Amino acid sequence: MPSPDINQTQKLIDEVLEAYPEKTRKDRAKHVKPNDPSGECSSCAVKSNVKSRPGVMTVRGCAYAGSKGVVWGPVKDMVHISHGPVGCGAYSNWSRRNYYNGSTGVDAFGTMHFTSDFQERDIVYGGDKKLAVIIDEVNTLFPLAKGISIQSECPVGLIGDDIESVAKVKTVECGKPVVPVRCEGFRGVSQSLGHHIANDAIRDHVFGKVGTDIATTPYDVTIIGDYNIGGDAWASRRILEDMGLRVIAQWTGDATIAELGNAPKAKLNLVHCYRSMNYICRYMEETWGTPWEEYNFFGPTKIYASIRAIASHFDDTIKANAEALIERMRPEMDAIIAEYMPRLEGKTVMLYVGGLRPRHIIGAYEDLGMEIIAAGYEFAHADDYKKTHPRLKEGAVIMDDATPYELEEFTKRLKPDLVGSGVKEKYAYHKMGVPFRQMHSWDYSGPYHGFDGFKVFARDMDMTVNSPVWGLVRKPAWASERAAG
Amino acid sequence: MQTTDHNDLFTQPEYIEQFERKREFEGCSSRAEVAEVAEWTKSAEYREANFAREAVSINPCKACQPLGAVLAALGYEKTLPFVQGSQGCTAYFRSHLSRHFKEPIAAVSSSMTEDAAVFGGLSNMTEGLENAYALYHPEMIAVSTTCMAEVIGDDLRAYIKQSKDKGAVPDEVPVPFAHTPSFTGSHLNGYDAMTRGILSELSGGSAAEKNETINIIPGFDGYAGNLREYRHLLDWMGVKYTMLGDYSAVVDAPAFGEYELYPAGATTFNEVREAGNAKATVAMQQWSTVKTGEFVHDEWGQEFVAGPMPIGITATDALLAEVTRLTGRQLSKRLEVERGRAVDAMLDSHPYIFGKRVALVGDPDVLLGLISFLLKVGARPVHIVATNGDKKFKKAADALLASSPYGSDATVWVKKDMWHLRSLMFTEPVDLLLGPSNAKFLWRDTGTTFVRVGFPIFDRHHLHKRPIVGYNGAINLLADIVNTLLDELDRKAMDTPSFDLIR
Repeated sequence: MPSPDINQTQKLIDEVLEAYPEKTRKDRAKHVKPNDPSGECSSCAVKSNVKSRPGVMTVRGCAYAGSKGVVWGPVKDMVHISHGPVGCGAYSNWSRRNYYNGSTGVDAFGTMHFTSDFQERDIVYGGDKKLAVIIDEVNTLFPLAKGISIQSECPVGLIGDDIESVAKVKTVECGKPVVPVRCEGFRGVSQSLGHHIANDAIRDHVFGKVGTDIATTPYDVTIIGDYNIGGDAWASRRILEDMGLRVIAQWTGDATIAELGNAPKAKLNLVHCYRSMNYICRYMEETWGTPWEEYNFFGPTKIYASIRAIASHFDDTIKANAEALIERMRPEMDAIIAEYMPRLEGKTVMLYVGGLRPRHIIGAYEDLGMEIIAAGYEFAHADDYKKTHPRLKEGAVIMDDATPYELEEFTKRLKPDLVGSGVKEKYAYHKMGVPFRQMHSWDYSGPYHGFDGFKVFARDMDMTVNSPVWGLVRKPAWASERAAG
Repeated sequence: MQTTDHNDLFTQPEYIEQFERKREFEGCSSRAEVAEVAEWTKSAEYREANFAREAVSINPCKACQPLGAVLAALGYEKTLPFVQGSQGCTAYFRSHLSRHFKEPIAAVSSSMTEDAAVFGGLSNMTEGLENAYALYHPEMIAVSTTCMAEVIGDDLRAYIKQSKDKGAVPDEVPVPFAHTPSFTGSHLNGYDAMTRGILSELSGGSAAEKNETINIIPGFDGYAGNLREYRHLLDWMGVKYTMLGDYSAVVDAPAFGEYELYPAGATTFNEVREAGNAKATVAMQQWSTVKTGEFVHDEWGQEFVAGPMPIGITATDALLAEVTRLTGRQLSKRLEVERGRAVDAMLDSHPYIFGKRVALVGDPDVLLGLISFLLKVGARPVHIVATNGDKKFKKAADALLASSPYGSDATVWVKKDMWHLRSLMFTEPVDLLLGPSNAKFLWRDTGTTFVRVGFPIFDRHHLHKRPIVGYNGAINLLADIVNTLLDELDRKAMDTPSFDLIR
């Protein structure tokens, strides 16, 4: 028997979904559910990772966004060619803030947009010849690039180009990896397949081919699935190094292709964004027996727990370091909580983000006394929802591939004090006068990971929820009249 | 509590040391190698290699057609842009426009996937139209295409008809369409095609007897303030006019405690229906209204005038003279005063701009306007890059430059990109750079004073709310340029006696 909370939320969900045409309503009903923390309630299972309904204004992106935009794009010492028409590369150019060190245009290329800028003739005659020329040109102009990736856009797969052959020939000719990635935007249902395809390309074209010549130590770990947004991975790395561990690869924020190749040497792979990079971790486990551990560096509670879980894989020296680090940092974390909790306690939050953060960041909000009343994912899978249920309260709204219509309706009904989502949603909330924070790009702030990040996170949530500017939004009388009549 | 975020955190010693330690695992080039190659990229030799490339485009200053189609559609009342094709594109258009305007942008996708690639996108369109209509209650749905739908050959006209036959949307709801392949042209052509599609869908034909009004088409314009300035100029001239595709209120809406999908103020269907009876249509841009102009001329039998975009005094004078010719309305005293103020401002500021060598990058119409503006204050355009420029643009720009002694140092580069421009700026340095936010990397690399003009502007707030067209726009543009130059001058003069109080 579902609890009253679950029933009440279900009723609310049913009301919201009324607006859809029948076929779409039935479909959406499988994706929007009241939370059952036990995960046992059969009617509470969330359907996920299936096609979005046409015309509903899904927030999702595509496989290219998942591969070039998320996984490959941050690999700093490679040139990533957006292969196809000009748009995809233009819209995804340096919008994710994957910070890196290096000399842009010389030995690092993160903020640059390389494209084959397909024209009609490339569609008609194929783009393979052009691609071969592009690779030569890139090699001439950027001799310090350590590799090239080919990020396919829709037409490439549709016109039957053979980018793999081009890449194979050019890899030999250039003496550096040329990686073909079949991440055409029409593949799959969201960014998610793009992550998977990108992982597979690392497996097939990087492992065993490049790497740094390093002597291994018992303390070698990797950071996998941290894209260094606003410097996140650096803040996380600081913790791991303070524990006495050696981070031999950072994927893929501020990464080099050599670091990608280093991962198989690790004693333990540490995964932050499980959704985008669990594939390659599983592969390394199956192939070399490398264990992997999910960790969570959002907010002190999760950080302490993660530090201990990570340390448990190592000897007493590391375990002692871990405890010492926690003790050293606790006063500072407590001070942050003491500062911000009085202003944030009891505030409610609605999150709609990608494939990880809606569950991962809950702890950081709870550390500040805030409560998540609704959480949704753009492109999560069943295993993500399984992990989410126990972290949310009973009757919280869970949404998969939510539409702006749903987000607005749930906002009106649940009245959250804070909404966290993306840039496409941000400004609608400004119109509504509802405090909003971008939780993809950290609203151009950051880092949010690690001890250094929690301080920034707390400051930002406080300024968002408590800014006096929200108080200026008022409905003019004539607007209310118009709405009524 | 003092909080250190990314702006200061990563310059602290513990992070500097961390970055140093990380190098061991990076397999990176040595610092000497990097320095050597960095120097080489600034050389004439590199420029030659850079200009020799034929295939790769690096930091092009253009976007693809459907982006323009989406923006064009937003200019009509209660209109929802609908993009037939892969869904990621629409997410990109929405975020791209949101980042520029700092506004919510509504647009839907038909979310085509592999099966649509095989069977075509008809069922996606039918369901998409039905869902979009039910959820978002548009009164018009404007359909454009992504390259996926173009490559597989979706037939929009047939698909829309079949979808309507199946009852996806009521028959009376207009569903204009435009094929907007991203592998030809740029965002400008998409704006053009969609504008034409909407006008031809909503057109009420054309009376033999023309009335006294004129139509105005803004073109693909990143400034809501420009569209408002056009209205201001025409209002003050006392002209009867219709602005076709006025998205200024949609991309610059008030915060009233409610999110309106369709803010009031866009062009109404009635206005478009009547537009065929106007005596002429004036487009403020040439390169984003080519097909639209053909339609206006052929279908409405109207005189069609396109450009130059009224940036600066001369181009504004030319526009208003054109309006006078078409309507008989003279410049009002008030506008004369406005013009005089702008000229006065230019007299005040010109010493800081005169003789400055300038690099420019952007869309053709904006570039022509900026060149015209610069020549009149005695600045010297040097490098002009238009990724989406064509022969016609080069000819027009060359002619404009030839009309002034201050244009003699200039070279116009079409189909070139911002990496070409980088070589140009290193080998032939300039004092000032004008372009969209993406040009900030050129500012960083070359240290050239940079003023943001054009589209997109992501990293500065609210610039799009102020016009850069008309007499008021000339003052804004001038102030942006002179004050940025003065900022840099002061920064440079910090430790010298030249740190003047009065400028």
